[in-house]
Order: sequence, then C-alpha cells, then structure tokens
Amino acid sequence: MSDANVPLLSVQNLEVAFRTQDGIVPAVRGVSFDIYPGETMAIVGESGSGKSTTAHAIINLLPGSGRVTGGEVNFQGRDLTKLNRSQIEDVRGKLIGLVPQDPMNSLNPVHRIGFQVEETILANGLASNRRAARKRAVQVLQEAGLADAESRLRQFPHEFSGGMRQRVLIGIGLSSHPELLIADEPTSALDVTVQKKILDHLAELAAESNTAMLFITHDLGLAAERAENLVVMHRGRIVESGPALEILQNPQHPYTQRLVSAAPSIASTRIQAVSSHDDLGESIEITDTAGAADLAAVGVAAAHPVAESAEPAIEFRGVTKVFKIRGTGFSSQRFTAVDDISFQVPKGTTMAIVGESGSGKSTAAKLLLRLEQKTAGSILVNGTDTDTLGRSELQALRRQMQPVFQDPYGSLDPLHNIGNTVAEPLRVHDVGDAAFRRARVLEVLDQVALPASVVDRYPNELSGGQRQRVAVARALALKPEIVVLDEAVSALDVLVQAQVLSLLADLQSELNLTYLFITHDLAVVRVIADHVCVMEKGRIVEQGTVDDIFANPQEEYTERLLSAIPGAGITLGAG
Amino acid sequence: MTGYILRRLLQAIPVFLGATFLIFSMVFLLPGDPILALFGDKTPTDAQYAALMAEYNLDQPFFTRYLIYLGDLFTGDLGTTFRGQSVNEILARTFPVTLRLALLAIAIQLVFGVIVGLIAGLRKNSVFDHVSMLISLLLISVPVFVLAFVAQFFLGIQLGIFRPTVSRGVPWMDLMLPAIVLAALNFAYVVRLTRASVIETRQQDFVRMAFGKGLSTRRVIPVHVLRNSMIPVTTNLAADFGILIVGATVTEGIFNVPGVGNELFGAIRRHDAPEIVSIVTVLVVIYVIVNLLIDLLYGVLDPRIRYVK
Amino acid sequence: MSNNSTPRMPHFVAELDEGGLGAVDAVRVSARKSNLWLDAWRDLRGRWMFWASGVFVLILIVVALFPGLFVQVGPNDCALSNSNAGPEPGHPLGFDFQGCDVYSRVIYGTSTSLSVGVLVTLIIAVIGIVVGAFAGFFGGWVDALLMRVGDMFFAIPYVLAAVVIMSMFLANRNILVISLAIGLFGWPALARILRSEILRVRSADYVMASEALGVSKVRTMFAHVLPNSIAPVIVVSTIGLAAAITAEATLSFLGVGLPGDVVSWGKDIADAQIRLRTDPMPLIYPSIALSLTVLSFIMLGETVRDALDPKARALR
Repeated sequence: MSDANVPLLSVQNLEVAFRTQDGIVPAVRGVSFDIYPGETMAIVGESGSGKSTTAHAIINLLPGSGRVTGGEVNFQGRDLTKLNRSQIEDVRGKLIGLVPQDPMNSLNPVHRIGFQVEETILANGLASNRRAARKRAVQVLQEAGLADAESRLRQFPHEFSGGMRQRVLIGIGLSSHPELLIADEPTSALDVTVQKKILDHLAELAAESNTAMLFITHDLGLAAERAENLVVMHRGRIVESGPALEILQNPQHPYTQRLVSAAPSIASTRIQAVSSHDDLGESIEITDTAGAADLAAVGVAAAHPVAESAEPAIEFRGVTKVFKIRGTGFSSQRFTAVDDISFQVPKGTTMAIVGESGSGKSTAAKLLLRLEQKTAGSILVNGTDTDTLGRSELQALRRQMQPVFQDPYGSLDPLHNIGNTVAEPLRVHDVGDAAFRRARVLEVLDQVALPASVVDRYPNELSGGQRQRVAVARALALKPEIVVLDEAVSALDVLVQAQVLSLLADLQSELNLTYLFITHDLAVVRVIADHVCVMEKGRIVEQGTVDDIFANPQEEYTERLLSAIPGAGITLGAG
Repeated sequence: MTGYILRRLLQAIPVFLGATFLIFSMVFLLPGDPILALFGDKTPTDAQYAALMAEYNLDQPFFTRYLIYLGDLFTGDLGTTFRGQSVNEILARTFPVTLRLALLAIAIQLVFGVIVGLIAGLRKNSVFDHVSMLISLLLISVPVFVLAFVAQFFLGIQLGIFRPTVSRGVPWMDLMLPAIVLAALNFAYVVRLTRASVIETRQQDFVRMAFGKGLSTRRVIPVHVLRNSMIPVTTNLAADFGILIVGATVTEGIFNVPGVGNELFGAIRRHDAPEIVSIVTVLVVIYVIVNLLIDLLYGVLDPRIRYVK
Repeated sequence: MSNNSTPRMPHFVAELDEGGLGAVDAVRVSARKSNLWLDAWRDLRGRWMFWASGVFVLILIVVALFPGLFVQVGPNDCALSNSNAGPEPGHPLGFDFQGCDVYSRVIYGTSTSLSVGVLVTLIIAVIGIVVGAFAGFFGGWVDALLMRVGDMFFAIPYVLAAVVIMSMFLANRNILVISLAIGLFGWPALARILRSEILRVRSADYVMASEALGVSKVRTMFAHVLPNSIAPVIVVSTIGLAAAITAEATLSFLGVGLPGDVVSWGKDIADAQIRLRTDPMPLIYPSIALSLTVLSFIMLGETVRDALDPKARALR
C-alpha cells in the first residue's frame, strides 16, 4: 500500500549519453520529475528530444551504445541506476511494465503468442507451473480485450493486426499489475479509431489496479487528453512541466508555445497564407514572441477566397480500381481498392482525402497520377477526360500534375544531388537549356525557403522536413497546376510539419495551385483543406467542405474519426 | 504448411530435370569424343570403338540417349562404368563412408560454428571476437587441399595426433582429421553468419521488448536471440552442402578415404564418362533433396514463410 | 482522471538556452558532402585492412603483369639435376621435384591465378547482371522463368560442374576455357542478389516519383534503379574473384586444370604432394602464395562491404 504523498518514481538530474562515431553524444541532460502512485504523466517532445531515451533509461533498457552518465532514478526506495543486471531484471515486468512503440516488431515472429505471454508470466513469478501460466495467459488476453483468447494463444504474431498486437503487448505489460507502466508512443503506429479504443482500454485497466502511467508521446493533444501532468522536453532537457491542462492553456516557455500553436489537433482553423511575399526569408524564422505570429495559424478568421472558375481542376466520376492478387497456387483474388468514387476539386483549393489504412485513399492519388490504371469510371483534369488523350498529350498532362510522397527518406534518389533532383522534371520534359534550368532550380528552391547552397548537397545531409521541401520544389519545377500530396507531412515532427503546411498554403495562394491532399490525420485536414472526402474501405463515406464536416458530420464513421482525434475536445484560451 | 511443402516439391521437379539435362549435356555435348578421351594417349581399334559405342548407346542421337538415361535413373539403374563395373555397386560400397564423413563434418561445423559465432556476436569488438574473425578469415582463404596437407603434415605426421591416412574399414576415429578439414571452410562461414545474425537480432525491437517484460538474459539469449539467428544460418546450409561435396572430393583423395569423392576423382582421371555422369547425377539429386529439406526446415523455423508464396 | 490525493505538480519553466531557440529546421550546412559513395570512401580510408589488402592486390597485379621484373629465371627452365635442391643464391626458394625454380614458379603463377580470377568475375558479372536486371525489372513470368533457370544452374556446385566440363575438354585447355567452365555455373548467386536489390529499390518513393514525372520505365531503370542496386554486386564480385582463384587452383590440383606449360599454383601443389613427408617446401611456398592472394581479395571485399553497408557502419 503505497503512501500517496511519496513519489513512486523520482528521477533526479538524469543524464544519458551515447557512444557514436563522432564521440560521446549526450541525449538526456539533467532531467528531473516525480510520478506519484496512480498518476498519469506524459513526456512530450519531438524526435531527438530525449523523451524515449529517458523512459528506457528508467529500466535500463538502453541500446548497447547508451549509458546513464549521471543522476538517479529512485523507485521504491532504490536507485535503479545502481542495480546490477539480475536486480533490474527483477524490477522489469514485475514492478515496472513496458508497452513498446512499434507493435509490428515488438513480438518475436517465430514464437506463438501464448508462448510469449506465458514466458512473461513465469518469469515474473505469477505462476509456478505451465498449466497455471496457461490459465493466467488466457486471462491476460481476455483482459486485453481479445475475444477467443484460448485459440489466439496458438497463433503467431503475423496473424494478428497491429491493433491486436498492441493489445497483447498491453496485456503483457500489465500482466503482473505493476506499480508503473511505461508506454512509449503506444498508439502512434495505429489507425486513429483503433488508437482511441486502445487508449481508453489502457486507461481503464490502469485505473482498476491503480497503476501509475508514464506516457511518451509527440502528440500534445494526446498528452492533454490522457495525462494529468506533462513534461515537455527539448534537446535532452525539460523546458516546461506541470499540470497538463495548465501548460496547454497557458504555455510559458517559448518552445512549448510553438508546440501548442503548431499542434494541428489544437489549432482550430485553416492556415491562411501570409499575405505579403516579403515575409518569406532564407528560412522560416519563428521569433520568440508569444503566439507564433509568423505561423499565422490560430485565431485568424479570414475566410479563404475560393476562386469561382468554370470547371473543376480535378474530377473523378465513378472511378473504380480492382486489383488482382495472385493467391497461393494458381488462384487469384480480386481486391477492390477503390469503389465507384466521385468528387470534384475546384481550382485553387485543397481537397483532402482522409481515411484509415486500407481505405483506398493512396490508390486514388495514384490513379490520378496514372501510376495505376483505373478499372472503370473517368478522371477529368481541367475538364478533359484523361482517357481521350494521346501519348504526347498525356506527357503534357504530366507536366500539370506533380506528386509529393510520404517518405522523406525514400522520396529523393540518394545518389543524385539536390540540384539534379529538382532539375530532373525540367530535363525529362525538355524545358529550356542548362542555364535556364539552373536558374529555375534556384528560383524554386527559394520558393520553398531553402538556401541556394543546398544545390550541391545530397539527400542524406538534409533533415526529413528539408527533404520534403526539396520534394515540393521538384514538384513545382514545371509550374504545375495540380500537386498531389500523398501523406506528405505524416512522417514529420510537429513543428516541421506546421512549417511545411504553412509553406504549402503560401505557395497555393501565390501560384494558384490545386492540392489533392491524402492523409490519415483529420486534424491536419482541418488546418490545410477546404473540402474533404472521407473514405472507408474504398468508398467515399461522406464529403463536403471542411467546416461542414467538422461541425456537422452526417455519417457514423465520420463521427468516430472526429471523436478519435486526440485532444480535439480541449478548448484553449488565447496563446 | 502442407501447401508450402507441396509447392516446394513441385518447384524441385523442373530444377531436377534441368540440372540432370545440364550434366548430361556437359558431358556429351562438348567437343571431344568421350571414347577417345577414355583411351587417353592410346588409340582404340575400330572394333573396340564400335563395341563401346553400341554398349553405351553413343550411336544414338543425343535426346534419345538423354531419355534412356532418365529412364534408367528412375528405375534406379545407374549404368556401368567404362571399366564394366556397376555404378550401383560402386555407390553402395562408397556412399556409406562418405555419408559418415559428411555427417561428422556437418556436426563439427554447426556445433562449433554456432557457439563461436554466438559468443563473438554477443561480445562484439572483444578480443574473442577479433580473434575468431581473423581465424575464420584465414580458414576461408586457405584452399581446402592446402588445409588438408597442412593438417596432414602437422597433426598427422609431425605431431602424430591423428593417422595421416585412413585405414581399412574406416573406423570413426580415422575420419576425424578429414572431417575437421572438411568442416573448416564451412565452419568459418557459419561463424561469420551466426555472428552477423546475432548482432542484428540483438538490436531488434522484440529482443528489447523481451528484456522489457522482465525476462532474464539467460532466457532471452537462447530463446529469442539465438533462435531467430538460426534462420539465416539454416538457409545457408544449402550452399554449405555444395561446398561440402566439392571439399569431400578433394579431402577423400588426400586422406585416402574410400568414398564417393575419391571414386569420382578416379573416374575423372580415367576419363570414364558414364561413371562421371552417374556419380555427378547422384550428387546433384542429393543436393536437390537436401535443398528441399532445408527449405522445409526453414518453414518450420520461420512460421511467416508458410503463408507466403 | 485527476487524483486528488497526490500533491499538485508545480508548474516549472526552464530558462531559455543562450542563443535562443533557433529557427525551425534550419539547414545546417555541414563541412563535407555526403552520399553513399563519398561516405564509403571516407570510411575505407580509415581502415588498415583496406590499405593492407589494397596495396597487396596492387602488388599482385604488378607481379602478374610484369613477372620478369621480379625474377630472372624462367618457370620452365628446369634441370633434373637440381631436383629438390635447397635454396641457393639466385634461387631463394629452392627447387621442386622436376628441378624447376620454385620462386620463379610462384611469381609466374600469379598471372595465371589473377587472369582466371578476373575473367571469371567478368563472365559472372555480365551474365548475372543481365539476368538479375531482367528478372527484377520485368517481373512476372520473365522473373519466374529466369529464376527457375538460375535454380537449375545453382543445383550443380560450380566447382563440380567445372570439373566435369574440364575433364571432357581435352584439347584447348586454356585460361579462357577454364574461366568459362567456372563462370558458367557461378552466376546464379549474383543474379539473385542483384534481383533482390532491384526489387527493394523499385519500391522506393523516388522511383515512383520518377515515373509520375513521366520518365520512361527504361530510363528510370538506368538513371535511378541500377545505380542504387549495384553496391552489393561489387562486394560479391570482389569476394567472388577470390573464390574463382581458389576454384582454378582446385581444378589444377585435381588434374583437370590448365595444361602443363602454364604455371599454376594448384598444379604445383598437386605435384609436390608425393614428397610431402620429405620435402614439404615445394608444396608450402605456392600454398602460401595462393592463400595470401585469396586472403587479400576477401579482405578487400569485406572492408568494401562494411563501408557500403549503412547498417554495418552504424554498428561500429
């Protein structure tokens, strides 16, 4: 029975460093916080902030090159950093549980689920023989919300979906009713509706056994919704900490302020373009004044002028795409990825197609780009049916439509320097001579706020956000009318994401671009789009203007998606 | 799982047919008359020539000969050598010896290779690791026949630990030295592969999770790290086997082991085309079967593979 | 959700770091350019194994091309009167059974081994790259067919196949023939490696982006896919060169290698084995030469592989 006034876990001045090729690099530089029994705390930060490292250091689960170089981790009267290997192995699992980040890779693929649950139970002393362990394992899976627990035990991880695997991992983490559960981005790899269910379930289980929880997340909204207290980390240090709601409604530290104003779930209106072009400099500077004025996001109520023009830039009429997948032997199955979808995108606006995995949204984008051939229906660009076009006309069409893809680490050829990559569209379509192309490359890099020196660099010298900007620059090189963005910001950190979105908005107003924006994140839709189509399993469930859909969702699926946005229900005061 | 087995079996058939065809073509399609080759420097008389042609069906067109050969193969008749001996009988005599040698070599290379590789992988950059990497590098570089002579000279002749050549009846102890030599090259590969595999597996998320859920090191290493590391080692066994076949041919010659390899070696020297074809065919068939078994073993080790085409 | 019994957490705000927060995602213009090949080169430069093996390989190439610079006596200037004589001035390694100068034969054997090694590597590279590229690029039935054919060739261990071929080939045994014999069954592994690299690269976004741009599939293949797939091929070829040298030596040892007038380490080792007990040296010297040659190529291949493999570099 723990004394409610004594912290369960007390981290004091924790320091962690990694040994790399470039020497010893500190990752956590003096972090201190306390967690009380039954409390839920969240550590929020971008990648590289040290949040995950801190959490893993608590139970000494650092990779081989990492070491705790200073500070203490006091848990139940002991300093965990001073324990030897078998002592810490005792603490892990039994007293402090772990739910890992990536459910797809956190279970051993060659052992059955039951095996992996049972070995935990046996190792943590919850059962003394195989049979008792088996019974306990069934209980664990049932509590984790898996139906058919008995038969599930005999299955292998690859037979489970991501959500189911995470449930198993949560079950394992809570199986010995530990005092503290560390959850490292437990739902970031899952679909948003699954996320909500799992987090709700987790909260329930933790409340039942009064387990304290330490959430690691990059999502401020999620942290606000699920945790009482919040710690914000930046570059290995804590910049702000305190009660979650208070921090979100009244962020004091400039970094927290940036995060709050950039978090799409909390931002409530569409990004408006910065009205004057002079404001774009060498890099998008965010000054340290309160309320990120330069991001021009929250609070600006000006309506976005929608150009009235004759025909829509993009129109889909009854488009269907059926894939034939070769099954075992000679059979082949038909899989309908896109089922009779129709929509229109007016020129100069942004249409978002939102859906979870398997909804067909990416396929729709590929159909427009002609990376896949549609099975039925017609696609019109600027009023012309693409089926009627000959080969050279199609090539001309490609100049009008350019893509930006999701993976910043795969979207640029690592063996070509930036200049070559951005110039490639110009070369392929035989535009201008070398001098002209060089000038155009510099022009377009300037538009995405990258310095000219980047031209000789190679992709792996740039960060994810910078690479995406290069991808945008490449897309703009030919002065297209339409840009198709397929999850283009999904892999980026919150602040970088906001920066890229803001850039996209500016470019749209300046160049009168039409965007087709594919995303799974409804919160981002709110911030970037005018119209939205909600897709589920290949069909459009609902479509309309963003304001309408968010204020008055008609379909149950749309409602579910909206309510699943973490932190959407939190109203903020002025920043 | 049965689907997987059946698919593998089906795939093995064209490979078998293709491989046997290739062997047959190699021997009988290349320029050079096999009968003249048999006689070496001497010249056969017309009568001898005609007799041999008829007996070995060499007067038939190529495809007919191939079909006859395949037909014989399926009935288990491996034909007769140019010297008149039955290949079946030769193999019955020599095969068990080679089998023992091979099994011994496989056991040595796997057991020691995995153990050394595991320790090297877990203790990366330690003295043990560097030394074992160096030794394995040397073992890979030194050709098997050189290794055989060195071993024979030092361990057999100078130090007298083992018999330099195998005695009649081939007791197991006599096979130790040839087995060690035969195992050496693959041992080096197994060590490297296990080490690389262990290092990679050790970093996987599920290993970190295994520790995170409270398992002790004593459990995580064998049950999670080693078990998963064995998958690439298993798939490598097929290539291992190919090396073993070639190595056995050489090793048996040097240590005077009366096995299949030695017999093949002699047949090559004598330019005995029918015998070469038959023995090589049998070896290839065994190789295909072993490959099949290893594929099946892989399916057992990695359940994901049973459901993928 | 809020637990009233735990003490309220104080609201803590840290001091701002000196220098402020800085711009979001500013481009850090680092001093040196970096891509796969540049990084690999920088990595190689620092490894002693690379230099040791690289220099040795260079020496081997020079010896192979200009043996006359290193020894005056010819490898076939043999006099039975010198049979098994020991070292003497001008003949540092002594004589073998036939009375030939061992040192000379070691030197001249270099060009044989290296020639065969290079030729085999070229043959395997040509066949393997073409097959692997077609299979990876076209996919479908072309891929299935090519892989089946590869399996058929792979089913026969290449040294064994070479033995069979060479034993049938009685006239005209020269370096080209023996290289073809070894290479003809040695290509499937390379083809498979290239194919799987191509499949991996093809699924990358930059390939999709290139196609969406309107670049033809063929041009995408040459401009983007192949250059990014070629790294493992280089590694495998270097190690394959070592294997080819060993294969030639094995064939010569078995008596189905090169004819008598061509100097081969394998043959010398075979010839010297009868007198192993009494005169081991004529066997040992070519063995050392052979082993060192193979060792240096393997070391070279492994250091290049470690330099090119991003995973291996991260592990160091």
